[in-house]
Amino acid sequence: MDFQLSEEQRQLKEAVGSFLAREFPFDRLKALKREGHGHDERLWRGLVELGVPALLVPSEAGGLGFGPVETLALMEASGPYLLLEPVFASAVLATGLLAELAGEPAVDQLLEELARGARIATLAHFEPDSRYDLAAVQARAIRESGGWRINGRKSFVLQAGMADVLIVSARMADEHLALFLVPRSAPGVTLIEYPLIDGQRAADLVLEGVRVSEEGRVGAPDRAGAALEAAIAQAMAALAAEAVAIMQALLDATVSYLQTRQQFGQPIGRFQALQHRVAEMLMHLEQARSMSLLAALRCRSADRSERLRALSGAKALIGEASRFVGQQAVQLHGGMGMTEELQVSHWFKRLTAIDLWFGDSDTHLSRYIALMQAEEAAAV
Amino acid sequence: MNLEFTPEEQAFRAEVREFLRTRLPVSIREKVLEGRELSRADYVLWQRLMHERGWGGMSWPTSVGGAAWNAVQQYIYEEESSRAGAPRLIPFGIKMVAPVLIAFGSPAQQQRFLPDISSGAAWWCQGYSEPGSGSDLASLRTRAVLEGNEYVVNGQKTWNTLGQYADWIFCLVRTDSKSKPQAGISFLLIDMKSPGITVRPIALLDGGHEVNEIWFENVRVPVENRIGEENRGWTYAKFLLGHERTGIAGVGISKRELARLKLIAREQRGEGGRPLIEDPLFAARIARLELDLTALEITNLRVLSAEGVERAPGPAASILKIKGSEILQSISELLMRAAGPWALPLRREAMEAGWQIDPTRDGASPAYAATVTASYLNLRKLSIFGGTNEIQKNIVAQMLGL
Repeated sequence: MDFQLSEEQRQLKEAVGSFLAREFPFDRLKALKREGHGHDERLWRGLVELGVPALLVPSEAGGLGFGPVETLALMEASGPYLLLEPVFASAVLATGLLAELAGEPAVDQLLEELARGARIATLAHFEPDSRYDLAAVQARAIRESGGWRINGRKSFVLQAGMADVLIVSARMADEHLALFLVPRSAPGVTLIEYPLIDGQRAADLVLEGVRVSEEGRVGAPDRAGAALEAAIAQAMAALAAEAVAIMQALLDATVSYLQTRQQFGQPIGRFQALQHRVAEMLMHLEQARSMSLLAALRCRSADRSERLRALSGAKALIGEASRFVGQQAVQLHGGMGMTEELQVSHWFKRLTAIDLWFGDSDTHLSRYIALMQAEEAAAV
Repeated sequence: MNLEFTPEEQAFRAEVREFLRTRLPVSIREKVLEGRELSRADYVLWQRLMHERGWGGMSWPTSVGGAAWNAVQQYIYEEESSRAGAPRLIPFGIKMVAPVLIAFGSPAQQQRFLPDISSGAAWWCQGYSEPGSGSDLASLRTRAVLEGNEYVVNGQKTWNTLGQYADWIFCLVRTDSKSKPQAGISFLLIDMKSPGITVRPIALLDGGHEVNEIWFENVRVPVENRIGEENRGWTYAKFLLGHERTGIAGVGISKRELARLKLIAREQRGEGGRPLIEDPLFAARIARLELDLTALEITNLRVLSAEGVERAPGPAASILKIKGSEILQSISELLMRAAGPWALPLRREAMEAGWQIDPTRDGASPAYAATVTASYLNLRKLSIFGGTNEIQKNIVAQMLGL
């Protein structure tokens, strides 16, 4: 039993944390959000030099070959900075997915390019009507001579505007799922971009007869579904760690505000109603931290039921904790909590967004209940 | 980073399990698992069996005959013994007064008192709270006046747990009323057979006799029964309160009771005749509790493994106490509600050993329903004793710098 990061993991966390503290002050985030396109090439280069996009790339493909605990260290360090760079979209989610399919030539080549920051990738999987159902894919891939033609529509494609490669899921004639590596600039690809509540950008994709070469189809004949499940499991663990880091930042900011804000001739932190609220925020945070560790340590477990229970359990509990800590941080900051000026509101919006990705707390509580009931039914 | 216990810890767990399998009497085990009350003899027997195994003073150093278990080993014992249905160890001797004796007692006091605590020969109870001093303990008023080689003690203690069984009581008494409240307190060990002590039960909402009021009228206590220095008792009391935190979350008991809850939810029928476990709302309540408990278990282990490195005081103990009590209270509430209308009948005698369900007297009640309501009522205490959960939140806020 060991809850410490290894020396190497700790160094990674410190390197990312001190780089961002130096290079990405909150004013810079506000300025980027105002500009609207949400990308800072220089910052991304710095993260590339720190090895961030190489983290999940297998060592055979020129990466660092790391896993969920290193991802946790990365997200805990970067979480409070609310990066607009494609760390989660490309370095965690897309790269994690491709790492599941390592060995296929097109995948290995792309992984090698991702590791050195030469390209950015993003996953285009969810569709307008799929909500949180991983299996609800209607996009079709039709075979033609020398390759494939893709038709369909994708939604919530994170950072699509800055991605070079879209990893598009589609069903083939036999209903099997495969993944297609599509250059964003490919003919037939239309992006409808929109900003998200947390300042990140996403897009709907309209795919009309998009041509993909034979090598551009990966995860066939039947590996794509399992690879997606594994990659999203790892991505959920990463978001759990990010949420915990943001909750910690919100708690720290709230405590410090209560220590300094004076009303009725004393710091408002003297009022017991507010003290108890802060104590409850800390309890939510510590319970959430425990679930984030569980998610990181179990997200690659071979036992599917154990894995899904840990992940859905973490998503459910952390989603609830995030709502409590986020809402109370805004509340305890009073009117100031409502402003764009303080980072509190930005953290709150990011927590709100994290809950809505890959199934909110109720969705995952339902999934957890189903797993529990299945186990109880088996025990009879 | 990993969640696995070390091979040594796993071997220790196997040792504990084997001991429980071979030495825990069936009659005691059944009472614990069915939620019945244990007798004095049950508790004493279990402490004696632990002692015979060399585990009487599980957390004490070996120099005073202890087993020197570390925090993780104590956690493992708590988990395994709860699951197996062993009695909880009465803490007042082994976990409260003994650490004070070991840290601040004289060699003569240690030799006199520790062996009987370890073997279960002496039952200890606690004399802290008074009618006017609950969470504000330092305001206590029981007075001890030195006359020659004896203190003369007068006053009243309350919320004394199981003092009706006790041979000894450790007491906080006021020996100086002129200085600050904390500075005038001494720590005395008092023989419960001393003339002038009266123990009266306090009737509780569940009908049980668990706590007492104790009166002291000119009770004479030899000065050699004082721990450490006069007027330094507050220091020893604080040491005691901060000492025992490993079992504070009660994870082992909550896991056992949650498993029992699921079992009952499979048997009971809910709306539409489906097993209660398939009722969406009831299942959601169970699942939500299970998640909280899973998180608490890891939070607890994080605290234990951090204590191996540094014993930093922090809000951890308060968090474990609040969450642990909330979870066990909620489980007991669901156990009662799972029994439905069969939680209504009042059957005080069902708490006692040897009670059997009897259809001619108890109607069609399922046997498990007989104790769930008394347990629900009794466990309301969890968020009140040992510093109410509101006091714990004050402590957390203070630790955070508010």
